[in-house]
Amino acid sequence: MNNIKSNFKLKQMKKISYSVMALFAAATLFTGCNQQGSANGALSSSAAEKVYVAPGEQDEYYAFLSGGYSGNLTVYGLPSGRMFKEIPVFSQFPTSGYGYSEETKPMLNTSFGFVPWDDLHHPDISQTNGELDGRWIFVNGNNTPRIARVSLSTFETEEIIEIPNSAGNHSSSFITENTEYVIAGTRFSVPVPQRDMPINEYKGNFKGALSFISVAPETGRLDIKFQVLMPGFNYDLSHPGRGASHGWHFFSTYNTEESNSLMEVNASQNDKDFIAAVNWKKIEEYVNNGGGTKMAANYAHNVYNDETHMGTTTMKKEVLTVDPTEVPGAVFFLPTPKSPHGCDVDPSGEYIIGAGKLSADLTVHSFTKMLSAIEGEKFDGEAYGIPILKFEDVMAGVVRSGGLGPLHTEFDGKGNAYTTFFISSEVVKWQLGSWEVIDRKPTYYSVGHLMIPGGNSRKPFGKYVVAMNKITKDRYLPTGPEMEHSAQIYDISGEKMELIYDFPTHGEPHYAAGCPAELLRDNSKKIYRLDENKHPYAVTSPDQARVERSGKEVHIYMSTIRSHFTPDNIEGIKVGDKVYFHITNHEQDFDVPHGFSIIGQNTSELLIMPGQTKTSIWEPKQVGVWPFYCTDFCSALHQEMQGYVRVSPASSSLPLSWSLGE
Amino acid sequence: MKTIFQPKNWFSLLFLALLILACKTENRTNSTSNSTNDVELNKEQGQAFIQDDEATPNVLNIAIGSPDHTTLVAAVQAADLENVLVNAGPLMVFAPTNEAFDALPAGTVEDLLKPENKEALSNILKHHVTPGNYDKEFLKKFKKLGQANDQNTTVEVKGDDVYVGGAKILASIPAGNGIVHVVDKVILPPNE
Repeated sequence: MNNIKSNFKLKQMKKISYSVMALFAAATLFTGCNQQGSANGALSSSAAEKVYVAPGEQDEYYAFLSGGYSGNLTVYGLPSGRMFKEIPVFSQFPTSGYGYSEETKPMLNTSFGFVPWDDLHHPDISQTNGELDGRWIFVNGNNTPRIARVSLSTFETEEIIEIPNSAGNHSSSFITENTEYVIAGTRFSVPVPQRDMPINEYKGNFKGALSFISVAPETGRLDIKFQVLMPGFNYDLSHPGRGASHGWHFFSTYNTEESNSLMEVNASQNDKDFIAAVNWKKIEEYVNNGGGTKMAANYAHNVYNDETHMGTTTMKKEVLTVDPTEVPGAVFFLPTPKSPHGCDVDPSGEYIIGAGKLSADLTVHSFTKMLSAIEGEKFDGEAYGIPILKFEDVMAGVVRSGGLGPLHTEFDGKGNAYTTFFISSEVVKWQLGSWEVIDRKPTYYSVGHLMIPGGNSRKPFGKYVVAMNKITKDRYLPTGPEMEHSAQIYDISGEKMELIYDFPTHGEPHYAAGCPAELLRDNSKKIYRLDENKHPYAVTSPDQARVERSGKEVHIYMSTIRSHFTPDNIEGIKVGDKVYFHITNHEQDFDVPHGFSIIGQNTSELLIMPGQTKTSIWEPKQVGVWPFYCTDFCSALHQEMQGYVRVSPASSSLPLSWSLGE
Repeated sequence: MKTIFQPKNWFSLLFLALLILACKTENRTNSTSNSTNDVELNKEQGQAFIQDDEATPNVLNIAIGSPDHTTLVAAVQAADLENVLVNAGPLMVFAPTNEAFDALPAGTVEDLLKPENKEALSNILKHHVTPGNYDKEFLKKFKKLGQANDQNTTVEVKGDDVYVGGAKILASIPAGNGIVHVVDKVILPPNE
C-alpha cells in the first residue's frame, strides 16, 4: 500500500465507492420516498384495512347486484367485494341446470312460450314496517315483463309471474312498506289490449299499465291484484312512500309528449314531465268494493315448490284493470323537470326526489306540500283527466349539484342523500332539507345506480355506498373489447366519502339491494331433508332405484351417494327412446352436491343439492355403450363416480335391466 | 469492498441513515395526518387520461388536436371539464374557434380563466354542450336544444346554414363519443 500504484488504486476504489454510495443514497431517497408514496399508501393501507376481510372471516353485509343482461342476480359481500353466488332467475344456467332440468324449465314459461333469458334490473328486499326483513328478494325482468321472487333462505328462484299489458317492465320491482305489493310499472306504453293498429296512432291510444302485485304474507305467493291503466307515457322508475306517505307510490315519467319515434329528440320537448303519485290504498279500497274492470289476458304464473323440487306453470286468463279517472283522488301528476329517471323517497317518506337525467339539478318534492296542494285543489290543468299539481306548490327544494346527468339517489339514515351523476361520473353527497352539497367523489366511470344497504327503506345502514358503473376502461387488466362493469365502494361513515375499494361485477348491474349479514346468515338453508322430498320420481332409499319403460319413454329412478350412482349399469335402452334420468342426491351433509352428465346430453348437466331430486332428458341417437358421470368433485373417489348406459338398435328386443356392483 | 468500511466513509453512512430515518418520520406523520383521507386521487385521473390510440378520437381529443381551438382547450382545462368531455355521452360540443373567443370584449377570456371565475367559466362551457349526437342536417329538425348547464339554446336555419344560439356551424367532425360542431361565436348563456 506504500507504492504509488497502490495509492492510485486506492484512490480509484474510493472514487468507485463514493459513486456507489451516491447511487445507494439516491436509491434510498427514491425507494425511501417511494415507500412513503405507496404508504401514501399508508392512506391506502387504511383503506385496505377497511375492506380487508381476513381469510376465514366473513363480511358485514350481503349485497345483491342485478346482473342486467345476464338475467341473473349475483350475491356479494361488503366490504370485501367478493362474489359468493350467481342466482339464476330469468336465464338458463348450466352451472346448476336451472332452466335445463325438467323441474326448472317451467320457471321460464311465458305467454310467448319458453323464454330462456331476460334483462334483470332492480332487486328489492322484502320489508316489514318499512325495515328490511330478509325473507325474499324481488327482481324484475325488463324485456318479457316478469317479476320474480327469490327465497333468501334457499337463495333460489321460487316464483315468476308474467305481467300482461306491460312492455319494458322497468319501474319495477319495488316493495311497499309491509311487502303488501310488488309494484311494476311499464316503461313502454302499448295498445291495451294488444291489437293490430298503426304505430303513429300511439298518442291518446296507447296505455301505460302500473301493476300492483300482492304478496301473500306467509308464503310470498304473487298475484296481480290490479293494474292502473295510465296515459301512454313512459313510466321509468318508482319508489314506495314510507312513514306518512305509506300507501302512496311514486313513478317518474318521460315522453309525456307521447311520441313514437326518434325519442331522443321528441321525448325531450317538454321542459317538464311528471312524477305520478298513486294512492294505492285508495285504489285497493275501490277494487275491494268491486271496482275495476276484468279484462281477458294471458300470462304465466310459475311456482317452484321446495318439497316436490318442481316448478309448475299456470296460465292465467284474466286481470283486473282500473281507470284512474274512475277513482277520484287516487292519482296526481307532479311536474318534474327534464325527463326524470330516478324517483327516490327518503327514509322519512317526506321527500320524493326526481333526477332529471339531462339536467344538472335534482328536484325534491314534499309529500306534505303535495297533500295540501291536493286538499286546496290547486291544479294546473289535467292530463287525460288526471289533475296536474302546480310545480311551485309541491316542490320542496332544488339541489344545485354542479354535476351533470343525475340518475339515482340513496340515503344514509343520517339526513344525507347520495346521488349518482352519469355524465360527470361522480357520487354527490347532499343534505336533506338544506339541499346543500356536502361532498363529491369521482367514480370510474360513468356511474349508473348506487346502493347503501337498506338505502331505500326507513332504516338504512349508512356505512358503505357501492357505486355501479357503466364503463370500466382501464380499471382492471384489459380483457379485450368486452369487460365486466366496475364498481367502487366508498366508506360513508364520516363527513366525507372515502373511496376504499374497486371490484368488477357480473353482467350489468342495474341497482342492488343490501342488508346486514346477520339478517340472512342464520336462515340460510344447508340441505334439503330427504325425508321431506315429495318429488314424484324421488327414490328415498337406493333399493327403490329402478328403470321403467312406457312406450318410448324410459324413466330411470336413480340415487347418488359418495361415490356411486345406483344403478350404474343400465341396459335395454334403444335409439329413439326418450330417457328421463331422475336423480335423487342422498347426501344429507352441507355443501355436498352431486352432478350428473351423460355424453350427447342436449341440455346441460344437473347439479343436485343434498336431499334434492332433479331430472334430465336424454335422447340417445347412436348405438353403443355410453358413459355418464358426476360433474362435481364430490369426494376422494369422485373420479370413480361414473356409469354406463347400453344403447341398442331401435329394433332390439333386449329387456331393460339395471344393476350396481354385479 | 473493504474501502466502504474505511473511517472516511462513516460520515456518508451516517448521512444515509439520517436520510432513511427522516423519510420514515415523514412517513409516519403523513399517514396520521391523512388517515381520514381518501385513496390518493390525482387531478389527472379519469377517462380523459387513458391512453388509447385504437378508438375513434373523442370530442376532447378532437378539440385538443385542433390548432384553431387552443383557447377553448385552455378554458376546458381551467374549468377541469376534461373528464366530462370523454364520457359515454353522447355529447355534441359546439366549439368556438380562437377567433370567436378573440371577438369577445377585451379581457373577457383572461377574466374567465382566473381561478375565482371557474364556476362562471364552467357554466359558459357547459352551455356549449348538448347531451346528444346530431349532424348539421339533423339539427334542422330542432327549434331548441337543452344544454348541459340546464339552459336552452336556439336552433335557427338560414338557407343551408344552421345557427345554434346565434353561432353559425362552420364545420362538423364526428367523434367517438359524439360530434364536434365548429362555430364562429361564443354562445353566451341567456340571463334568467
